[in-house]
Amino acid sequence: MIATIWAWLSDPTNWAGAGGIPAQSLEHLRLSLIALLAAALVAVPIGLYVGHTGRGRVVLVNVVSAFRAIPSLGVLFIAALLLLPHLRGNLAFELPSLIVLAVLGIPPILSGVYAGIEQVDPAARDAARGMGMTGWQRLWQVEVPCALPLICSGLRSSMMQIIATATIAAVVGLGGLGRFLIDGQANRKYDEMAGGAILVALLALVVDIVFSLVQRAVVSPGLASRGRT
Amino acid sequence: MTRRHSTTVVAALATALVLSACGGGGDPLQEDDAPATGGGGESALVIGSANFPENVLLAEIYAAALGDAGVEVTTNLNIGNREAYMAGLEDGSIDLIPEYTGNLTLFLNESAEATESEEVYAELQESLPENLTVLDMAAAEDKDSVVVTSETAEEFGLSTIADLKPHAPNMVLGGPPEWRDRFTGVPGLQEVYGLEFSEFKPLDAGSTLTVQALVNGQIDAGNIFSTDPAIAENEFVVLEDPEHLFAAQNVVPLIATDKVTPEIETALNEVSASLTTENLTEMMVKVQDTDPADVAREFVDGL
Repeated sequence: MIATIWAWLSDPTNWAGAGGIPAQSLEHLRLSLIALLAAALVAVPIGLYVGHTGRGRVVLVNVVSAFRAIPSLGVLFIAALLLLPHLRGNLAFELPSLIVLAVLGIPPILSGVYAGIEQVDPAARDAARGMGMTGWQRLWQVEVPCALPLICSGLRSSMMQIIATATIAAVVGLGGLGRFLIDGQANRKYDEMAGGAILVALLALVVDIVFSLVQRAVVSPGLASRGRT
Repeated sequence: MTRRHSTTVVAALATALVLSACGGGGDPLQEDDAPATGGGGESALVIGSANFPENVLLAEIYAAALGDAGVEVTTNLNIGNREAYMAGLEDGSIDLIPEYTGNLTLFLNESAEATESEEVYAELQESLPENLTVLDMAAAEDKDSVVVTSETAEEFGLSTIADLKPHAPNMVLGGPPEWRDRFTGVPGLQEVYGLEFSEFKPLDAGSTLTVQALVNGQIDAGNIFSTDPAIAENEFVVLEDPEHLFAAQNVVPLIATDKVTPEIETALNEVSASLTTENLTEMMVKVQDTDPADVAREFVDGL
């Protein structure tokens, strides 16, 4: 079995062309990054607001856990069937998939941002206030930098979930590494299926390493030793 | 009453199972070994069916027609896939089941090659073991087909798959993911008809997504089974298959040889003579919200 998977992974014909491994990996990454961006655009402002003001905490915690329970595949079918009549071309398949992935990516970012801001050392907050900083200044110059390790880990775990789940985009005919899983199963090419699964795991790993390097670069060295998990 | 009961279950299971059992696919993956225990008295003819709505409807039609002919029948519907109900025919727990010529031939003889209706029927009769008999086949077929919208057909003057050739490079074909490698799919369309579509879009989840994508123009041609109610509902045009890429799948009664009587033969041949893809499709539309037994009764009364 391992030999046939390796044979599939190392076959040059599987690396060439529009349906090849590099092209599908890039497509997978493209869909995942757009979804992450969309999720962050929603989750970061809400997380910052709740963390900074302390308002709506109970609602947020409940919404986050409710979001985690949404079944992705079901939402994908509903979204695809509802949106298909209203959109032209590939967008009709891409938008439903992105919605599903973004919805999936919101909870980890939201809880990361909110928890990060909320757990900033009260002494640092008081000091900033004592120096006469406004609310915005305190948020951007003290709270966000202090919360960065947790914000980053929220983004990273969101990205992991999105990459793993982006395979379902293949169900509605989109590209990405999910193609190998769905097509492999339909055509009973289990080496292709297993190879695709390994590639998804590898892609997730590589992306996480890249993100961790970015995190190391942006987080203040003073926090790095303390905040890293 | 067990018959009522099983037809309700059929309705619930319906859509998901359509793909697994009919059409050019061959052996479905699932090993649904519902035991085919026959009901009824010693002499009653037990009619079985596969586990998808169209086959259940056909079994109900056989049951109604045979009942009218004075044959004592019981039904044991929704048994499972071909592997399961063929075992039932072997051990005598069912005696009669509606079948499809192409797939049954392939089941009995893996090297079967015929694709045209009459030839497939001849090959089927050669492949059948002594203890099984097929009666006359119907004109009705449930098989893979390539369909386009009526607008597309009109615009390019399409009536057969061959007509697609000059337009295929500008068209997107949609179908189940297994069409990518299966000969009766993209490779066959290319080899037999020389069609080079600009893209093949694999669409999962039965025919629902394919139908929607076709209606909304995300794909220009799609693979749908020829008895799918969506064809009539959306006024799709089923393109003819002059080269017989897709093997014929005429509906045919498969019966245990020692159970055949002249009354049974006459009654079932009468059904087959009137069953067409068109009226079967119309009945499939009705089955969506009516008991298959009632739809079958109405059809048999009209014979």
